Amino acid sequence: MSVDEKTVRRIAHLARIAVTDDEVGPLQGELNAILAFVEQLGAVDVSGVEPMTSVTPMAMKKREDVVTEGGRAAEMVANAPETEDNYFLVPKVVE
Amino acid sequence: MNAPVDPKKLIKGGLHDWEVVVGMEVHAQVSSRAKLFSGASTEFGAEPNDHVSLVDAAMPGMLPVINQECIAQAVRTGLGLKARINRRSVFDRKNYFYPDLPQGYQISQYKDPIVGEGEVLVDMLDGTSITVGIERLHLEQDAGKSLHDQDPTKSFVDLNRSGVALMEIVSRPDLRSSEEAKAYVTKLRTILRYLGTCDGDMEKGSLRADVNVSVRRPGEPLGTRCEIKNVNSIRFIGQAIETEARRQIAILEDGGSIDQETRLFDPGKGETRSMRSKEEAHDYRYFPDPDLLPLEFDQAYVDALAAGLPELPDAKKARFVKDYGLSPYDAGVLVAERASADYYEAVAKGRDGKAAANWVINELFGRLNKEGLSIESTPVSADQLGAIVDLIGEGVISGKIAKDLFEIVWTEGGDPRALVESRGMKQVTDTGAIEAAIDQIIAANPDKVAQAKEKPTLLGWFVGQTMKATGGKANPAAVNALLKDKLGIA
Repeated sequence: MSVDEKTVRRIAHLARIAVTDDEVGPLQGELNAILAFVEQLGAVDVSGVEPMTSVTPMAMKKREDVVTEGGRAAEMVANAPETEDNYFLVPKVVE
Repeated sequence: MNAPVDPKKLIKGGLHDWEVVVGMEVHAQVSSRAKLFSGASTEFGAEPNDHVSLVDAAMPGMLPVINQECIAQAVRTGLGLKARINRRSVFDRKNYFYPDLPQGYQISQYKDPIVGEGEVLVDMLDGTSITVGIERLHLEQDAGKSLHDQDPTKSFVDLNRSGVALMEIVSRPDLRSSEEAKAYVTKLRTILRYLGTCDGDMEKGSLRADVNVSVRRPGEPLGTRCEIKNVNSIRFIGQAIETEARRQIAILEDGGSIDQETRLFDPGKGETRSMRSKEEAHDYRYFPDPDLLPLEFDQAYVDALAAGLPELPDAKKARFVKDYGLSPYDAGVLVAERASADYYEAVAKGRDGKAAANWVINELFGRLNKEGLSIESTPVSADQLGAIVDLIGEGVISGKIAKDLFEIVWTEGGDPRALVESRGMKQVTDTGAIEAAIDQIIAANPDKVAQAKEKPTLLGWFVGQTMKATGGKANPAAVNALLKDKLGIA
């Protein structure tokens, strides 16, 4: 598996990472090197083995249905570049 | 999916008849106090960003911890939809950028949802019913809310909804008309409200639907579908389907083809329009959320939840038909809301079930509708209405007087039995008094008496006069019998 230049630009855009034209080539090389590295796993026969996404042998931690947080609107928006009446303000986005 | 085509459901185009095929993704807000993965409140209508935790705002280093009540609610809903409960499910990240999604991804369930296939039985107005397949139900986070009308260049973001638990309920494309689609959502809402797993309040956005619409000539394979996003009322769902189906038919009959895309319904303009900007974002790059372990529970957990479920609308309806002798239609009306069904049962208990149903449906519901009131705020209690039904059954008041009595109880309140006494509303069954009234009317209207011998339908006029003369309190059966006798009508 390898990625072409177009895919590199697309992935960057989906991740909202600004990539200049000069960077696309080197990035493509780095990504393909990583993919080739991962591809070595293809040598292992995993037929009949269920995919594993976690290695911790424990049950999911759960919380009670109790309200324990909130009431800190001013703090929530404190780091935002722009706010008004405890709303976050962002450049206009309308469908 | 390939049931025989009912010609009545087809849409007439300029050239052909068309069949519309609809599938729905309903987003139902889980009834819970706290959010799906944080301890912030789900309560509606708070000040901006007041119900937000550090998790909901996606502050660095925060970890989600699942609310166990949301899990229980999803399982209850799955059971109510007669669906397969998956004792192991997985949370995934659905990646996209939007200002009201601070994480940059929504925690959802992709390949392994908590609930699998089920079905919903939907009764149509014409007495037929359809079975709508449920493909899956999964748990996911709601996004925040953006306001675009506060400022010419800025959007305002409120994260109070961010992280609230939603159940996405995906149907199979089993619906064949806007009527069926509306009936399906109505029924789904009823089931959710019975279960107490979603309040179904569409005005507050607790229930909203993405509607997939395609059209085809009967018997042909499925056409290309368009998805109409975020329709937030049952009426609009119907309108959006009709509008979209006609748009697609016009294109196809013109020799064009349908582009698979996401569209938005504008109820004001009565049109759907493309949301092209969403298209590119459709590469969601799902992957299992590394912050969350798989969700696992045993059968005993499911069984305990099943044991605690209330009687559901289908079972209640069947019981009303069987135990109270109601028509399926009346039973359907009564079970549409759990509170209505409970009210009806309180009235019907120990009484004539049909008479109780007539009074609840025709008089009470009719009056509540007129006043825009819900059953919860009825001024006439089940005990009061029951007493009115008793008074008719005992022959103490006539049906007509009973309506006057209902009106008094509605506006003034009070014990119906005492009111009948104090206001002299008792039915006159004393034939002597009725006879006296009839004799007077006969004496005063010799011409009508003569006509009545030729035209027996005039009896009705005499009944009316007699009722008037007795203040509506004469027993109608006695009046009829006496009049027929005195007028010589067989």
